[in-house]
This record gives sequence, structure tokens and C-alpha cells, in this order.
Amino acid sequence: MLILAFRRFLSMALIMVIVSFTLFAIFESDKLAVAGKVLGPYSSTEQRELWLENNGYNEPFLERYVTWVGNALTGDFGYSIQYKSPVADVLWPRLANTAILAGLYMAFMIPLSLTLGVIAGMKEGSFQDRAVSVGSVLTTSVPEFASATFFSAIFVFWLGWLPGTSAMTSGFSWAEIFLPVFVLVIYGFGYTARMTRASMAEVMTSHYIRTAVLKGIPYRRVIMRHALRNALIAPFTVIILQLNWLLSGVIVVEVFFAYKGFGKLLLDGALFGDIFVIEACTLVAVFVAVFSQFISDIGYTLLNPRIRFT
Amino acid sequence: MTADVQNNDASPSAIGKFFKSLGLLRESPIAIFGLALILFWVILAILAPVLPLYDPNAPLEPFKFPMSEARDGGLYWLGTDHKGRDILSRVIFGAQQVLIWATTATAVAYIVGMLMGVVAGYLGGWYDEVISFISNVLLSFPVIVLYIIIITYLGATGFNIVLAVTFASAPGIMRIVRGLVLDLRTRDYIFAAQTRGESAMYIMLVELLPNARGPLIVDACLRLGYTTITIAMLGYLGLGLPPPDPDWGKMIAETQPLGSFAGHMAVVPAAAISSLVLGFNLLADGLREISLKD
Repeated sequence: MLILAFRRFLSMALIMVIVSFTLFAIFESDKLAVAGKVLGPYSSTEQRELWLENNGYNEPFLERYVTWVGNALTGDFGYSIQYKSPVADVLWPRLANTAILAGLYMAFMIPLSLTLGVIAGMKEGSFQDRAVSVGSVLTTSVPEFASATFFSAIFVFWLGWLPGTSAMTSGFSWAEIFLPVFVLVIYGFGYTARMTRASMAEVMTSHYIRTAVLKGIPYRRVIMRHALRNALIAPFTVIILQLNWLLSGVIVVEVFFAYKGFGKLLLDGALFGDIFVIEACTLVAVFVAVFSQFISDIGYTLLNPRIRFT
Repeated sequence: MTADVQNNDASPSAIGKFFKSLGLLRESPIAIFGLALILFWVILAILAPVLPLYDPNAPLEPFKFPMSEARDGGLYWLGTDHKGRDILSRVIFGAQQVLIWATTATAVAYIVGMLMGVVAGYLGGWYDEVISFISNVLLSFPVIVLYIIIITYLGATGFNIVLAVTFASAPGIMRIVRGLVLDLRTRDYIFAAQTRGESAMYIMLVELLPNARGPLIVDACLRLGYTTITIAMLGYLGLGLPPPDPDWGKMIAETQPLGSFAGHMAVVPAAAISSLVLGFNLLADGLREISLKD
């Protein structure tokens, strides 16, 4: 088990090195372009060369990469051109805001999708199964920017119950965070629900469930004690890997509702050409993705005895 | 003699097969409904140039509500947007754009992903190691980060969107194809082909890929839906095709701030995207159901 965790960790580290090197090569191999982005389009070539000299850009490429990674690891991501402050000062509050959004999403999506998936998978082909399946196809067909349009048309403009933006200018507000989370949950729960359903349906056809039913154990108990444990292994990995897809939805929702989060920072940085912000955000995003993959692998092994003992 | 029997029992022509598989669809009302939704948009997109529509980019009369009369006596079925452009016309021409680019991007991603998968699965060894590693690295990127990097660095053109979708989807397709091929390569007809002395290329393209088509068709439908979402999302985020041609995502982004008094401007394209994606997803769902029945 420990050996496996260690091997997974090594491959995670290797992927991070390759990815960060690729990102660095994409963003910073053209030094003059970097200087042009920092100093603005009207800076002269001499000014750019001087800036490069002063900021250590004339070192060999590999050396610059190592320094860059070292700085990033110690939380120094450079200076934001757009916000006129160190990137780290902008990045951490934004990440915290997005963590709130993602945390609330998980807190509602997981119980909802697991419950629906289990209810549907318990009796394959029943009415409840069809209803959940069709419902989840419907909701996963409406992308976040479309459902956000519909929901804000209903709840903001027609009924007037909720605010249409979530800028949180006067502190945290539940009314403002409701719609962003709601939109994410509506789009995201279907996938996990379908996974849970498939996994549950498969477990219900297995021999030990038949045995348990034939032994005369109450149906409720068969579900709770025998089926659920095995049926929830697959959804667990899906839920963690969703972080990778969640970022797209998070960016859309943050842009739609003007929520000051990590996704909006990344997109604004990319549209503005704020090079150090893009670098920092992509690094953080890839790190979260790779790390969640690591957790999901380890968790899957821990949960599944058939893998754990071989 | 046996050869004669086989010839007399000639397998139905490709067209016949196509109609036969269409007939299979009758088993699933869900698939038919999905197909109908897709065809609705495809037909509108094809007929767009001959339909009696206003020019999608012409500024006519701004802020008209649906079903209001035009100055020239015509009718704005779905109203006009903030720049006075006819929304019905923009939605239909937008369907053209999104269908063309979603299909192209998915097709290119599929060609790349299938080639990678069949090579990794059939040849194995170093080919497998290298291809699987590259895929793992690409899969470790959150898709949206790939899109943002590629499009901000190479520019927002149709070609680059196809490129970005290929980068994001081909690794996933590769994994599916590789898994299918690992299963298929131990079948008798592959051994037969190997014994006949067929080249690896022939076996991969003629023997393996066609026999892996079942699950791939279902996956392709799902991916078409997802690519549609992606293209509209890029448009919404300002990373899509350059203006002024209508783009469903961009239509939402442009008119979203006006929702308080003219909600229809953003709701119409949002409904268009949702219905097209729903079509792809329902078709995929129905096809999967049919394939599980056999």
C-alpha cells in the first residue's frame, strides 16, 4: 500500500515537473515578448532589454526555470500587471472565494446525486430509475451559462427574489451565493448520479446481494449494509475527479455572476495578457487537478479490498 | 462451394445497412426524439441561406420584443437585440456555425484519438508507454486551462478551436479505443489476419477499428454534445470565433446585462444550445440502451 502511494506520488511529481516546464516554455521562452507584456506595447527595445537584464532574464533557460519553480514553491508568483500588486496578494483571496463556492457545491451535489443514484439503481428499469435517468440527461444538457440565463430570468428579473450579481461588495451574503451554487449543482449532479446508478445496479445483480435477500435479511438492511458499501466506491473516484471539470463551470459561473473568484482571475488574466497571473493560475489549477487524481487513486485502493490486497 | 454460398448470401449494401440501423432506432423513443432535435437544427442550418430571414448582422431596429412588427412590414418572430439585429436569423445562422465547428472539431479529435488508441493497444510496448504517458499529462490539465492557453496564445480562430478540442478530447478517446483494442486483439479473426500475413496497418485500420465502432458511436454522440457546449462556452467567455458572425455563446454574453428589461435576448440562444445538446445526449442514451439490449 505504502509502495503504491509512493509510486503514485512520484508519478504525480513527474507530471507536475513536465507540466510546469511546458507552461514555462510556452509563456517565457520568448523573453522580449515577456518584457513587452510587462512594460506595455509602447516600450522601446532598449527599455525591454534593460528590464530583462535587471530581472535576471539573461540567465540560461534551465536556470531561469529552476528559479521560477523555486519562487512559485515559496509562494512568489511575480507581479501582476493588471492589479499592480504581487500576484500572490490577488491569488490567495480569490482561491479562498472559489473554495467556498466549490465547497458549497460539493456539500449539496454529493448527497443529492448519491441519493438519486442509489434510488434509481436499486430497481433497474423501474419508474424511479427512468425518472432519475431522464432527469439527469436533461440537466446535464443545459450548460451553466444557459441555466444561469434561465434561472436569473426567473428568480432575478421575473420574481425578483435574488440578486443578479454576486460581487459580495458588502461582505459574504447567502442570497448572492445561492444562484452560483445552484447553477453548478444542477449541471453537475447528473453525471455522478448516473455513475452511482450504474454502480448500484451492478451491485444489485451480484450473488452476495441475492444471497442476502434469500437469507431473509430485510430489504432495507440489504441495501444499507451490503449494497451501499460496494456501490459507492466508483462514485467516490468520480466525485474527486470532477474537480477537473468543475473549473470550467466555476469560470462560467464566476463570470456570469461577477463573483470574485479564481476562475474569473484566470480568465481576466488571459484576456488582459497578465502573464504572471496566467502562469500562477494555470500552475495552481494543474496542481489541484493532479493532486485530486492522486487522492482519488489512493482512496480507490483504500476503499476497494480487491485491489488493496493484491 | 463455400465461397459461392458466401457470395449468394451477400451482405447488404452499405446503404441497406444504414437503413437497417435507422430501423433499430425505432426501439428507443428517446433516441428518436434526440435525433429529431438534432435534425431540426441541422435542417434549419442547411436551409438558412434560402429561408426568408433578415441579414443576421444587419442593424435594423433595436430592442424589439418577440412577435413585434418590423418597419418594412415583416415580423421579428423572436425580437431583435440591442444592436437591432434579428434574433431568429442570428440563432439560425449561429446553428450553422456551431454545427460546423462542433462536428469538425469532434471528427478531428476522433481521428487523432482513434489512431493513438489503436496504435497503443495493438502495437503495445514503447508505443503504448509513450502514448499513454502523453495522454496522462494532457488529461491532468483541467480542460478549460488547455483551452485558455491554446486560444490566448494562438488566437481565437476556428482552426485553433479545433486544435484545442483535439488536445482536450483525443486523450480520452485514446483511452477508450485502447481498452477496446486490448480486448479485440485476442480474437480469432485478428489471428487469422496475422496468419494471412496482413500488415499491422491493415489489421489496425480494417480489422480492429470497424469492430470497435459500437461503443465509439455512443461516445461520439456524447462528445458532439460536449463539444457544442465547449464552443458556445468559449464564445460566452470571449474566447470564441471572432465577431460579427452570430455565435450562441457570444449572443448570451452580449445581452446578459440587459436581462432586466429584455430577457428574451439571452434566453433564446440559451434555449437553442440546450435543445441541441439535449438532442445529442438523448440520442447517445437511446443508442446505448439499444446496444445493451442485443
